[in-house]
Amino acid sequence: MKTVVGIVNLQESNDLIRELAATRAVEALPFAGRYRVVDFSLSNMINSGISSVGLMLPDYSRAILDHIRSGKDWDLARRRDGLTYLPAALPGTDARKGDLKDIYANLDFAELSDKKYVLFVNGSYVYNIDFKNVLDFHKKSGADITMLYKTVENDGAGKTVVIETSTNGIVNDIAETNSVKKGQKAVLGAYLMPVPTFAYIVRSTYERGGQDFLIDGIMRYASEQKIAAYEHKGYVARINSTEAYYKANRDCLNPEIWSELFMNKERPIFTKVKDEVPVQYKDTAEVKNSLIANGCIIRGRVENSIIFRGVKIGKGAVVKDCILMQRCDVEDGARVENVICDKNVMITKNRWLKGVETFPYIVTKNARI
Amino acid sequence: MRKTECLGMILAGGQGSRLKALTKTVAKPAVPFGGKYRIIDFPLSNCVNSGINKVGIATQYKPFELHNYLGSGTSWDLDRTGGGLFVLPPYAREKGGDWYRGTADAVYQNLNFIDLVDPEYIIILSGDHIYTMNYAWMLESHKNNNADVTIGVFEVPWEEAPRFGIMATDKETGRIVEFQEKPKEPKSNLASMGIYIFTTSFLRKYLLEDGENENSSHDFGNDLIPKMLADNARMFSYAFDGYWKDVGTIESLWLANMDLLEDTPPFELNGDWKIYSSNPSMPPQYVGADAIVKRSMISEGAKVLGEVEHSVIFPGATIGKGAKVTNSVIFPGTTIEDGAVVNYAILAQDVTIKAGAKVEGTESEISVIAENEVVG
Repeated sequence: MKTVVGIVNLQESNDLIRELAATRAVEALPFAGRYRVVDFSLSNMINSGISSVGLMLPDYSRAILDHIRSGKDWDLARRRDGLTYLPAALPGTDARKGDLKDIYANLDFAELSDKKYVLFVNGSYVYNIDFKNVLDFHKKSGADITMLYKTVENDGAGKTVVIETSTNGIVNDIAETNSVKKGQKAVLGAYLMPVPTFAYIVRSTYERGGQDFLIDGIMRYASEQKIAAYEHKGYVARINSTEAYYKANRDCLNPEIWSELFMNKERPIFTKVKDEVPVQYKDTAEVKNSLIANGCIIRGRVENSIIFRGVKIGKGAVVKDCILMQRCDVEDGARVENVICDKNVMITKNRWLKGVETFPYIVTKNARI
Repeated sequence: MRKTECLGMILAGGQGSRLKALTKTVAKPAVPFGGKYRIIDFPLSNCVNSGINKVGIATQYKPFELHNYLGSGTSWDLDRTGGGLFVLPPYAREKGGDWYRGTADAVYQNLNFIDLVDPEYIIILSGDHIYTMNYAWMLESHKNNNADVTIGVFEVPWEEAPRFGIMATDKETGRIVEFQEKPKEPKSNLASMGIYIFTTSFLRKYLLEDGENENSSHDFGNDLIPKMLADNARMFSYAFDGYWKDVGTIESLWLANMDLLEDTPPFELNGDWKIYSSNPSMPPQYVGADAIVKRSMISEGAKVLGEVEHSVIFPGATIGKGAKVTNSVIFPGTTIEDGAVVNYAILAQDVTIKAGAKVEGTESEISVIAENEVVG
């Protein structure tokens, strides 16, 4: 993997996830009790042996910069290689939408690296993968480009790009749909190709007015380039809507998914270290089917919930089917159900708050209820 | 480069033989404590939080795991330009080498390191106590007294005084007038905490003398402190009234862990005075649908499907379905299979308790299972 340079794209649209992603990129969303979504892409790269990684900064980059800093927690603070921040294209120079202009503005990073391949991944997917297998597959397939996909397990809504492949695994159709059906092959926004191929696609697409790397770039060149498809068989979640975010967090309550994502000894998911105390369960605590992060103090009841670092849950409080982010405080006797609380929310004594399964109620940062 | 006012020296070479099976493969300071820490995290974090950013750590007994844990000091923010953390194992010289022959000898043999740092003061710490303390205040008091030596003391119940090194002091000035090592008839109930601040030039003189003395046991408490007292040096006590626990025995280690489970723990682990430690990359703990967890501390990566009460569980431990863990301390990576029972026990790293097996101690005799053992 010494021959691969990684690029993590943090340009996922936040249209469908506005309340939570109003001031931070989707990839900076807190996830599964102590992570941020971007941790998965970065950890996958470093665990696969890719030590040169470029991070394409989103428009709102403070949360990402504060989280990643030197990249040390991902072992990316290196003398050779390591982490490179790739800032977005200057506003004003180009009013185009889409990620392509930002990739174009940073083409130097890949071209001037001494690597042979580029692994370009979308940072809003949650999965744990060894990219070494993808490189082996790519070399064997003799294709120009290898793209990753996942076979869809359940019908779902939301814009998704799906592919069709011939029996030899070569992509023969790529299309964007508004809903996916079970059995379709959804792309994972991850592509492996030689640096010159990457530069050629980005440059020629951009210079012809393209906006989006996948839709204007890869899709347009599908007939010209031989594209192989690599199936990732493990768990995948794409964080592109509030509903998807809520579901993916709660998927981690399934011990099998929890183990697959986080407990692989060879491929741990790294995140910013916070030095929190182990969780303190008091006499009156009652916890079922939940993920609890360090630094929490639990005196009340917690069910089917994801509790982030440093949350306090008071006596007689009930937390059901919730996601409570860092430093939330649920006071004695309060009750929250199907609620997502952003950081530092306070639910005062005996208040009740309830959303529904398909439409969780969202409380914004620092609110006091 | 900025001058170092006070250098920290942690004496971490002891075997800790009274911790029996728990120190089979690691030195006492590396023994896990409190659900995610190791004992040495406490003096190290105290140093960093007190503004002492250069710390030497004398190691000797089975140092590999300790060295590995300390690394370059990153976890404590001690990976500084110019060096923050220095690991000091015994080394060979022109005329051969020696093991550290005592606590004072561990400092004596590292005089060249001390000369290199050239601090005005040195604080000597041990790696076997659990407490949070601001050494900066003690240093302040040392300076105000224009002292040669300041010794941290802790008030113990009179009936326990005969177990400690006791300092008789002048009530008004805090000046130490007499030192009694484990006295039958104690003259005071102020016990030495084994924390010393020395003015470097003063300590240097005594270390050189003691190093040459073949009749000495080269121990601070046995040799240097009495000698300094006899020479009428300016020695003061500094009283500490927070939580301070020696964890040198199985019972005291167990008790100190249990202290953390009080509704209001004896010292604030969640406060501003952070205890830093090396963090494993593990997810939040999973508590299963049929789990019962009460009055416990549980860390990242743990999976609890059974019952846990009044226990401390370290990262990556697994408690199976129907298993019952009470009054126990479970070290990292240990698995308690379905239906197993653990009561009044300390299970070391990577132990497996097979399904249905039982490990039961009592409050006065805690059961200990050594690293990698399989029970049942």
